[in-house]
Amino acid sequence: MGFDLLPLLLRGAGITIQLTLVSAAVALFMALLAGLGRLSPFRAVRFLAGTYVEVFRGTSVLVQLFWFYFALPLFGIRLDAFTAGVLALGLNVGAYGAETVRGSILSVPRGQIEAGIALNFSAAQRMRRIVLPLALVMMLPPFGNNLIELLKATALVSLITIPEMTFEGYSLQMTTGRTNEIFMWLLVLYFAIAYPLTLGVRAIERRVSAFLRA
Amino acid sequence: MFDYVTFTWNMEFALEILPQLLRAAWITLQATVGGFAIAVIIGLVFALLRRGPRIVSWPTTFVIEFVRSTPLLVQLYVLYFILPLYGVSLSAFVTGVIGLGLHYGAYLSEVYRAGIEHVGRGQWEAAIALNFDRRRTWTHIVLPQALPPMLPMFGNYFIVMFKETPLLSAITVVELLQTAKIIGSRTFNYVEPYTLVGLIFLALSYPAALVVNRLEARFARQRQ
Repeated sequence: MGFDLLPLLLRGAGITIQLTLVSAAVALFMALLAGLGRLSPFRAVRFLAGTYVEVFRGTSVLVQLFWFYFALPLFGIRLDAFTAGVLALGLNVGAYGAETVRGSILSVPRGQIEAGIALNFSAAQRMRRIVLPLALVMMLPPFGNNLIELLKATALVSLITIPEMTFEGYSLQMTTGRTNEIFMWLLVLYFAIAYPLTLGVRAIERRVSAFLRA
Repeated sequence: MFDYVTFTWNMEFALEILPQLLRAAWITLQATVGGFAIAVIIGLVFALLRRGPRIVSWPTTFVIEFVRSTPLLVQLYVLYFILPLYGVSLSAFVTGVIGLGLHYGAYLSEVYRAGIEHVGRGQWEAAIALNFDRRRTWTHIVLPQALPPMLPMFGNYFIVMFKETPLLSAITVVELLQTAKIIGSRTFNYVEPYTLVGLIFLALSYPAALVVNRLEARFARQRQ
């Protein structure tokens, strides 16, 4: 069954999880920044946020990753592989998240905002105390799905030599030639990490839709 | 982290490599179309199997969840390295297209499922009342109503798949990204090739996304 392969693969899994968490933090920050930016009253801010979202959603993650790792140094900015990986993944997923943020904020029912106006809340108060709390609840399930996509996307950074799980698997297959066992383990390990996340997201989805109906 | 190098974008070089990249973009498009065709068929098969008796639907559900929970890159490696061990030797391109198709077939099966569930109970009952057999119910009643609202989602996945094809470079398919990599390692100039690749992706996928958005808006209006 190739249990002797596990220690190396699990070491890679640790880096996979680490990469996922750090990139998720970058993605969350960018999603809120750009999502709110796209709803800004200032045209320049809307334009900047919109350009970021469209460029990162319009090109491929792998191309972005290679661009950060291979092309940026020629502009005089040298990133180590881990930073390039986190930046590319975080900025990419952040662009998708920004659309979620924008969509959720726009889908807060008008009545809620009108109630805020009737209660003499200022625009900032309405955003902070009424719109954002409701919108954040709605964002949870899509963010969970983005997290799973992000976890799977971390496999890509093996191509810029970060020793995460796929990289460890690939090098093991090159050195030992035990192709079947190694790739089966890789699939099983990814599934073992991702599937509980999927179940978690579904549970959150149910609670959120129950909450929104109430 | 910053060491300042005077850098200039070499337009002449960029124009020189552009035709080669555009030819490679054609390969990328072919892979996308091929993968999409497989995904559309596999997605439907998965969706129908899931509606079958438990002995069929449970394993199908497991396969779908498994495919969706593991990275496409690893799946491509599995197909690329393991199939030859069992005497199936396909070209890297064909392997990649199959991998792409299988992976997104699992996603498309969810789109089919939602579309099929969207068809009201009354339609099924009407088909029974009119004495339609199972096959005619599907081909004349259910699918014609389920498919049009799915079109925007299909469009979205087509664009997603287009942007995932650079992964095929990892199993040595010489598509757009791999071509840029080859040019880069030959000339030690990575900025122009990789930037052009990004621009080509943007130039193709952004207009496509706008078309899909318009389709989506039209179907949303029709539903109201």
